[in-house]
Amino acid sequence: MSASQRINAQPRGRPTARRLLRRAFLYLGMGLALLVVLAPFAWLLISSVAEPVDLLRRPLRWIPEHIAFDRFAALTFGSSADSTALGFRAALLNSTIIATTVTVVSLVVGTLAAYAFARLRFPGRSWLILAFMATYMLPPIALILPLYQIMSALHLRDTPLALIIIYASFVTPFVIWIMRGYIASISSELDDAARIDGCSRLAVLWRVIVPVALPGLVSTGLLAFLMAWDEFLYALIMTQTNASKTLPVALNDFIGRFGLDFGLLASGGVIAALPPVIIAFVFQRYIVAGLASGGVKG
Amino acid sequence: MAVLARARSARSQRPWPETWVAAAFVAPAALVILLIVVVPLGRALWMSLFDIQLTRPGVEPFVGLGNYIDQLTSGEFWGSTGRALWFTGVSTALELALGLGLALLMDQPLRMRWLLRSIVILPWALPTIVNALMWRWIDNAEYGALNAVLTQTGVLHRYQPWLSDSDLAMWMVIGADVWKITPLVAILLLAGLQTIDREVVEVARVDGAGPLALFRHIILPLLTPVILIVLVLRTMEAFKVFDIIWIMTHGGPANSTQTIAIYAYQTAYQGFDFGRGAALGYLIALVIMVLAAVYLRLLGRTGRT
Amino acid sequence: MRHTQGRTSAVRSVAALMAGLVVVLAACGGPGSSSSSGTSGGTVTLNTIFMKQAAYSEDDVKAMTDAFMAENPNIKVNLEFVAYEALHDKIVTDQAGGAGQYDTVLVDTPWPAEFADAKIIQDITDKIPADFKSGVFDTAWTSAGYKGKYWGVPWINDTKFFFYNKKMLADAGITSVPKTWDEVITAAKAIKQKGTVEFPLVWSWTQAEAVICDWAELAGSMGGADFVDDSGNATFNTGGGLAALEFMKKSIDDGLTNPASLGFIEDDVNKTVGAGQAAMALNWTYGLSVLNDPAKSTVAGQIAVAAAPGTADTATAGVNGGMSIALTTSTKHPDEALKFALWMASQKMQEKYDANTLPEWKASFEDPAVTKAAPELFAAAKEQFAALVTRPVVPYYTKLSSALQVAIQEALKGTKTPKEALDEVAAKLPDLQK
Repeated sequence: MSASQRINAQPRGRPTARRLLRRAFLYLGMGLALLVVLAPFAWLLISSVAEPVDLLRRPLRWIPEHIAFDRFAALTFGSSADSTALGFRAALLNSTIIATTVTVVSLVVGTLAAYAFARLRFPGRSWLILAFMATYMLPPIALILPLYQIMSALHLRDTPLALIIIYASFVTPFVIWIMRGYIASISSELDDAARIDGCSRLAVLWRVIVPVALPGLVSTGLLAFLMAWDEFLYALIMTQTNASKTLPVALNDFIGRFGLDFGLLASGGVIAALPPVIIAFVFQRYIVAGLASGGVKG
Repeated sequence: MAVLARARSARSQRPWPETWVAAAFVAPAALVILLIVVVPLGRALWMSLFDIQLTRPGVEPFVGLGNYIDQLTSGEFWGSTGRALWFTGVSTALELALGLGLALLMDQPLRMRWLLRSIVILPWALPTIVNALMWRWIDNAEYGALNAVLTQTGVLHRYQPWLSDSDLAMWMVIGADVWKITPLVAILLLAGLQTIDREVVEVARVDGAGPLALFRHIILPLLTPVILIVLVLRTMEAFKVFDIIWIMTHGGPANSTQTIAIYAYQTAYQGFDFGRGAALGYLIALVIMVLAAVYLRLLGRTGRT
Repeated sequence: MRHTQGRTSAVRSVAALMAGLVVVLAACGGPGSSSSSGTSGGTVTLNTIFMKQAAYSEDDVKAMTDAFMAENPNIKVNLEFVAYEALHDKIVTDQAGGAGQYDTVLVDTPWPAEFADAKIIQDITDKIPADFKSGVFDTAWTSAGYKGKYWGVPWINDTKFFFYNKKMLADAGITSVPKTWDEVITAAKAIKQKGTVEFPLVWSWTQAEAVICDWAELAGSMGGADFVDDSGNATFNTGGGLAALEFMKKSIDDGLTNPASLGFIEDDVNKTVGAGQAAMALNWTYGLSVLNDPAKSTVAGQIAVAAAPGTADTATAGVNGGMSIALTTSTKHPDEALKFALWMASQKMQEKYDANTLPEWKASFEDPAVTKAAPELFAAAKEQFAALVTRPVVPYYTKLSSALQVAIQEALKGTKTPKEALDEVAAKLPDLQK
């Protein structure tokens, strides 16, 4: 049982009424939390199946008069002749490729470096981590112009690779930052035992640390995935066509100069939210456990 | 067997310098982080030392720290920095408070707890651009759902222009951010809660402490390191906030939601002043570094390993 | 020895890891189009940037481009579509950094000045055929003009028309379309009196370019919208600019203009009229089809369009919201690029795809075959296109516009009087001009 469970467990003999009241209060709280979390999302869903005119009525009708799922259908299965749908699907694919690659690369490379920062002593350690964090701390606006130039010179304009490189550059410091804390909290006795057995440092990392920190790795991976999935400014500037456009850019394209079909954007948004949610759901048990096993404890 | 034998004989060898090992471990990260970015990093720093006006190409006098000094003595800089700090402070405080409440709730032995824990991720997973536009839609003065709810439940009598009011707009933007980020904070805090040693809690309870006292004197202190880590992360992100505000209000009305990152963007892309824009970028990074350093000091004092 | 082996194996492992990394990165190169302007075996490739969801739909633009490529087999055109908001920034990023990948760019009316000074686009005055110059509305050329030269080929011509709800006006006893702004106020008062809607007028007065457009259009008929004279002195705080702002403020004070207008963009205006919450409004061409679409509007069929009202002195004025196709200074194929731009703006193409936007050729408005698609709109446009006013064509326009937006909002909120607000910006003008 967790700490709060212990706090809240009543010893036998206390009046039942108070216990019931308490539980009612808690369930009410849970209901309220669910309501606040879900209500805007529900409205998003309603907007995505309603006709634009239904959303303008006053007083507002919560269940629209006409419900149609064609937007979802168009975006997911629509013919390639529909350039919006085609662009959206291409963006979905690009975002998935880019976010996955960035997550894998940053986890691998970041954990290696995090191990060094956590376990090894070397000159310039604090300066180096500061230099790494610089890319994370600088707002994109500062770097966008020179980056665009370099990418053009390297003929990487409008490629997923350009975004992978850029995202990896600020996601990796983030991974290092968190994994350093994780690894530091794992007792170094484990390390020592393995080394005495003759393991190289790398083997120690791979065979000893990683399994122990696996839940932490997974949760950091999810955070990294979402960072890459959600990024907007770099994606906007570096992409041109469906070859590399990511979801935020494709969704932004739904915004016309003077008008916005909010229903269409809502449908796109719901679909775009699914992959991270699915991933989070699948890895859920790792995440809470992982963060608990020492990651956030610092 | 052979491995052990080799190991024993190896112990007499001089170990490879730790620095070299460290270099090998850190090199890939350095490559990934700095290779492509180090040139832009340097170039941006270089640009910030010149007076670069796009509408005056070719004439770029060196001004040294002139751009920085200009900004540090400019009202608009401090105004937008103040707003960014306000945004950071309020949204982080709300996210922490609500996140803590949510985390405590998710920790309770309630039925359907798994439902809460799964659903709670949704706001965080929604792309920022959709989140921002959704709230702009909900807050709309003429046909927004917020106005509809408030008038239909009798709380308000007339539709309010939430985003057109200089005083309200910042709150609406903060609200949108809090809605999205609180789940993340809650999950991180939930994990922290689960590490608290139940023995300590048990002892205190046996001594007669009620739930409130337990929270104040036992849980909160033990949770402090986690809270600080969350604070560092959120502060760094919130201070350079751009996307959500830009999409919701473009920094308006009347600059009331113009944060430092928006100001930097406007300086570069609307004022066509890329020297000052770059300087602003570095100033933002500087402030974040200072904030992070302050937190780390605090973290160190709480006895973090 | 184990340590040595350990060291070697560590190095080997790390090396292997890095090699793997490189392979992964290279493999993820993706099907990127190497979109650099090039010539290969006689084929010229042009990179162009257009706006998504524009007057011409993406499909229309693609069709026009395909037709062009069919006529010119040695020219290949790469199209890029971005949201309007991103257009300016992408052009600046591309050209300012020196990468210069685009051959033609779509520019909005206020941009030629700053783009020309920044040497992003080039002067093509001498290269434009005479029939183009005379065939297109004169005022349309102002969207591409700066310092007496032309920096692009006008492609989209647009202005803000006057949309009104026929039914609401009729119910309030108004039989003829308001032709002056005073008549508009009278009509609004009557409608408000009748109780049909609380605020008969709605505008797009948020802190964005939208408010400048409305203000300029009003000023155009109230004394002129030449906001900055040739010597760089401010004239917006006297004459038309001041009169317009005072008119705007009064309409809020009199309870005729919806106060939420201060946060509205054009989309909100359209939706407000479409929700039956306003009787009259100004909006761009696109507004009409949306307002009369039953799927998007509750008042479909009730909305009509007319030329914007004027005053006793000036019959009508329209703010120039057009866009033109410009050639970049970095293009390596200026002749082909110009050919493309002229093709897209040609009468033939414009008349063929006029579903969402009006042609800019005078002749089109005389041709019944063309005007029968939307006779009311064409009639209004014919009047207004001949009376377009342009926002100041100066390189510091964006800074001026930002300052004016804040000032106008302050005046409309009542924090300052219109004269005070505008005078403040006029005083700041020398700073903005730097």
